[in-house]
Amino acid sequence: MFGPGIWRMKRFADSVPEIMDLQREINRLFSNVGQSTALDYPAINVWEKDDSLVVTMEMPGLEAENINVSVTGATLTISGVAKADPLKEGETYLRQERAVGNFQRNFQLPFQVDSKKVEAKYEKGVLNIALPRLKEDLPKKIKINS
Amino acid sequence: MSDKDLQKSENTAVTEKIRNVKTFIPRVDIYETGEALFLIADMPGIDEKTVDVELEKNILKISGRVENGKVKDYSLVFSEYEVGDYERTFTLSDEIDREKIKATVKQGVLRLELPKAEKVKPKKIAINAA
Repeated sequence: MFGPGIWRMKRFADSVPEIMDLQREINRLFSNVGQSTALDYPAINVWEKDDSLVVTMEMPGLEAENINVSVTGATLTISGVAKADPLKEGETYLRQERAVGNFQRNFQLPFQVDSKKVEAKYEKGVLNIALPRLKEDLPKKIKINS
Repeated sequence: MSDKDLQKSENTAVTEKIRNVKTFIPRVDIYETGEALFLIADMPGIDEKTVDVELEKNILKISGRVENGKVKDYSLVFSEYEVGDYERTFTLSDEIDREKIKATVKQGVLRLELPKAEKVKPKKIAINAA
């Protein structure tokens, strides 16, 4: 979405690295829209093969129904809520390090995703989302007539 | 909470290692009820077969082995976290009934129930009218 076009690269060749850095910073700034803090949480890993991506995310101890994954065009949104054990009166936490509460992260994907074929599974506390590229979005080979 | 607190922290104290992977300190919650202490550890990637709970004298050691954080046939293009083993030790007091410790694993979370020994459980003392 915010990728610099080729013409821009060429005209301002000297400043390309700076522009790219600035662009990355600004994208990072807005990747947390809808989230109360500007933290990269939960962390993700992105894997690539041919025309599909896999996003993995460690988020232990959630219920599958408390995780929401949605794809709109080229934007992936993952949100969820991690709940702490309900304590009865007189019970106290001696140590509390695990993250609780709502989280939401938005990602800009490099291509349009075929939202019907997106598969998400949640195993061993790791969320795994497979995102195949939309067929219509694949680069087309143009035949050259001589 | 700083940015760093949300990332996994590496356990640099682990020395005995054969596998060439990083070891992380799992995040834990501990809470106390009248009957027991509950220890909940976040160890994404483990299941009941790959987690170990050992009790030696009064040292409780929880460890987990994460076989493979890779996605088959795919190559990593962007990474915010690393996959590795887990290890953390705790010192138990004599107040824990060692024979009755229970452990369960669900969605990468290890949950230990450490029941208190009979002698330290809170007791209600009946008062007889004189």
